[in-house]
Amino acid sequence: MMGSDTRFLLILALPFLAAALAPILFRRLPAIAAAGLALFPAAAFAILLSALAPVAGGTAILAGFNWIPELGIHFSVRLDGLSLVFALLITGIGTLIVLYAGAYLGQHRDRGRFFAFILLFMGAMLGLVLADDLATLFVFWEMTSVTSFLLIGFDHEREAARRAAIQALAITGGGGLALLAGFLTIREVAGLGSMTQILASGEALRMTAAYPAILILVLCGAFTKSAQMPFHVWLPNAMEAPTPVSAYLHSATMVKAGVYLLLRLNPALGGTALWETILPAFGSVTLVGGALLALRASDLKMVLAYTTVASLGLLVMLIGAGSQEAVAAAVLYLIAHSLFKGGLFMVAGSIDHGAGTRDIERLGGLRAAMPLTFAAALLCALSMGGVTPLVGFLAKETIYHALVEGDAASALLLIAAVAGNALMFAAAFLVALAPFVGDRPGAIAHPHEGPPALWLAPLVLGGLGLAAGLFAPAFHAAFSVPMASSAAGRPVAIDIGIAPHINLPFALSLATIAIGIVLYLTASRLRRALVRGLEAIGWGPDRGFDQMMRGLLRGAFGITRILQNGRLDIYITVTFTVIALAVWLPMTLTGTLPAVPVMPHLRFYEWMVLALILIGIFAVVRAKNRLTAIVSLGIQGFAVALLFMLLGAPDLSFTQFMVETLSVVVLALVMTRLRLSPSDHRPWREMLPDVALAVAGGAGIGLFLLRLTQRPFDNALSDFFTAYSRTIAHGRNIVNVIIVDFRGVDTMGEIAVVMTTGLAILALIGIRVIRRDGAPAAVSPAAPAAGEARP
Amino acid sequence: MEAALAFVVGMLFAVAIYLLLSEHIIRMLLGLVLLGNGVNLLIFAAGRASAVAPPIIPVDADVPSAVTANPLPQALILTAIVISFSFFAFLLVLAYRVYQDLGTDDTDRMRLAEPEDDDLPPLGY
Repeated sequence: MMGSDTRFLLILALPFLAAALAPILFRRLPAIAAAGLALFPAAAFAILLSALAPVAGGTAILAGFNWIPELGIHFSVRLDGLSLVFALLITGIGTLIVLYAGAYLGQHRDRGRFFAFILLFMGAMLGLVLADDLATLFVFWEMTSVTSFLLIGFDHEREAARRAAIQALAITGGGGLALLAGFLTIREVAGLGSMTQILASGEALRMTAAYPAILILVLCGAFTKSAQMPFHVWLPNAMEAPTPVSAYLHSATMVKAGVYLLLRLNPALGGTALWETILPAFGSVTLVGGALLALRASDLKMVLAYTTVASLGLLVMLIGAGSQEAVAAAVLYLIAHSLFKGGLFMVAGSIDHGAGTRDIERLGGLRAAMPLTFAAALLCALSMGGVTPLVGFLAKETIYHALVEGDAASALLLIAAVAGNALMFAAAFLVALAPFVGDRPGAIAHPHEGPPALWLAPLVLGGLGLAAGLFAPAFHAAFSVPMASSAAGRPVAIDIGIAPHINLPFALSLATIAIGIVLYLTASRLRRALVRGLEAIGWGPDRGFDQMMRGLLRGAFGITRILQNGRLDIYITVTFTVIALAVWLPMTLTGTLPAVPVMPHLRFYEWMVLALILIGIFAVVRAKNRLTAIVSLGIQGFAVALLFMLLGAPDLSFTQFMVETLSVVVLALVMTRLRLSPSDHRPWREMLPDVALAVAGGAGIGLFLLRLTQRPFDNALSDFFTAYSRTIAHGRNIVNVIIVDFRGVDTMGEIAVVMTTGLAILALIGIRVIRRDGAPAAVSPAAPAAGEARP
Repeated sequence: MEAALAFVVGMLFAVAIYLLLSEHIIRMLLGLVLLGNGVNLLIFAAGRASAVAPPIIPVDADVPSAVTANPLPQALILTAIVISFSFFAFLLVLAYRVYQDLGTDDTDRMRLAEPEDDDLPPLGY
């Protein structure tokens, strides 16, 4: 069932509108700017809520217009269970983030810019999940990469922030290009241009021969965006961004774009052996690796960033596991993760704000000073640890349930899931419990709660996690079932509740928590061991990125040195070689060499003029001194003028006479001052290649002209000018009429060129000559100044 | 006539290319003048050169009384002659100032824009 409603096209404009307003608002009304801007995503959220009922009923709402009809590209959106939940998360968490950021940034100088960027990102992300047309989706996909670049590099005066921004852009942008190639392949091979078409195509994509190529290209896009190992390095580095950005882009929304794409394409691309091999392989490695790296870190944000990497790995692994229940588990975990991870990041920011540090080893005893933040942190951490009655519990039970029923391969995935979840349990409480309990170190002088938005926003997210667990049936009906059904491509039933049942998944849950507690208690020893281990390895993908970038620069530099070597003779040699090839190759390859011409019947004086030209040009080459060269150049020029005269072109002839005269005079003036020899003193060995190229080029052009003149001539233009010169333009000299009338604007351009050249010459003569060593030069440049060494 | 012109054009191009391949600015300038003439004659010959009457309409007629030379290439060449002259004049003065400044007319030694010992660009971020 499908419906149409343009309201959902309009909500896309809201964040962009807010982004445009942000800088002005912060300049004029700084006190209420953040709250005012939060109204925009809140309004979008409210409109989206109105779609809950029809979408839960199985309707997909479509809207859009023709964008580039010539290419069959539409600007269209599709609102179904999957995109609706994503859109609600983006606008809902986005509203909280805007409020939180308003309090977090305080009186920061560049607040306006920051809010413009983050709202731009919100619009891009909303467009990404709503987009139906593949081209629309790709545009928004890249827009999220670009806005993420801007936000990570927000503090652009630090090199670390610049590096992180470039790294994120290079990795996600590179993946985006692969995704574009994948989309184009889908379009070319299967003729599918939108998600709606793809979802309706059934087996079409899986059956094409290009399926492996499509899959790998799409996965390149999804894996880079969703930070699967080894592309994960940009995500921890993105923690250079201000904390609200980390909470929003790099945990709750953008990094899930890849997961969104996989869920979206699961009905069309999933279910194959390739899909069920690649996804779990990458996902499980990322899950365990990310969770281990999380325990190595001591910065709260880094711990959270690596658990995000691990969570994304878990999601990819579940999507790849294939079963309907695994997809349901992925959906539940995705929602739970957005809530608790966004909240935990905000908590980390509040701790930083209140205690002045984010280092786990220097934090402790904040519970009395920051009770509300502590409460929010605990709510989120319990959800992350999968403790009932929070939504994280529902997710973890479903994950284990989905993996328990599988074969031997899914037993491996089950082990990975338990290990990853236990590690993440420990990480969650390292962030949410360790800073608040124990004794307060003396270094933390005045811990304090921040403004209300700093503790309220994470508290709301934690509370939502609790509410989703407590009202599980309603939560499933409104959110998880429609979303899972969209992602699975058929109706999915989810009935997991908060009451534990005694079965294998529950036992695994208990085991996870037990291992997690042990890991938490031994965290500092574990961290030291992990740090030592990683130091022993030394190399990692992060350092690999640096090596790649340096290699790229060196390679580009080397190629530039070859191509732009600064030697004019090489440039000219290349240019004329290409010209000679361009003339010769088509003629010889297509067999269109000119016919051997008959000896032309020319009058005696015509032969003489032609001979004069030839004598002149050879004399120029062979000239041993300046005077001979100048005179010879004059001879050939005047001979050309004579030729024009003989061939019915008196205007050309007069102009040529004048120009040649001037050229000879100017040349004589300059050359006598320069005392330069016009002749060439080079051994034959060096001259031969030049001679060969000159002969090849000259012969090629000559043959080309001969061939041209042997073909029939199209007189249309000349006839037009001849016929209308007198009747329309009232001139008798047709050449003059063409120049001043038919092509008058051209002539004006020509005059402008001549005038500009004159001015440039004037300027060149006017400037005072400064020698390279700084001393003013003598006007007569007889010899370099004394003591001046020239290589 | 076109065949003879094609030969002359080929010769002009060959000599012009040879001179342009030299490393001495003055020889390159000479080559440039020859190249300009070669291109002009090429355009002329491409418009055919059989008729020799100038394209001028008699006083008492609206169109020429006999077949005239092709006016279109002539108009093009007229523009080209002027442009190539101003180009030549500018280059000549430029070469003169360069010689005053650098003390050489060897293009291999004019390495200000693209120095031979260029360093790697900064490798940081």
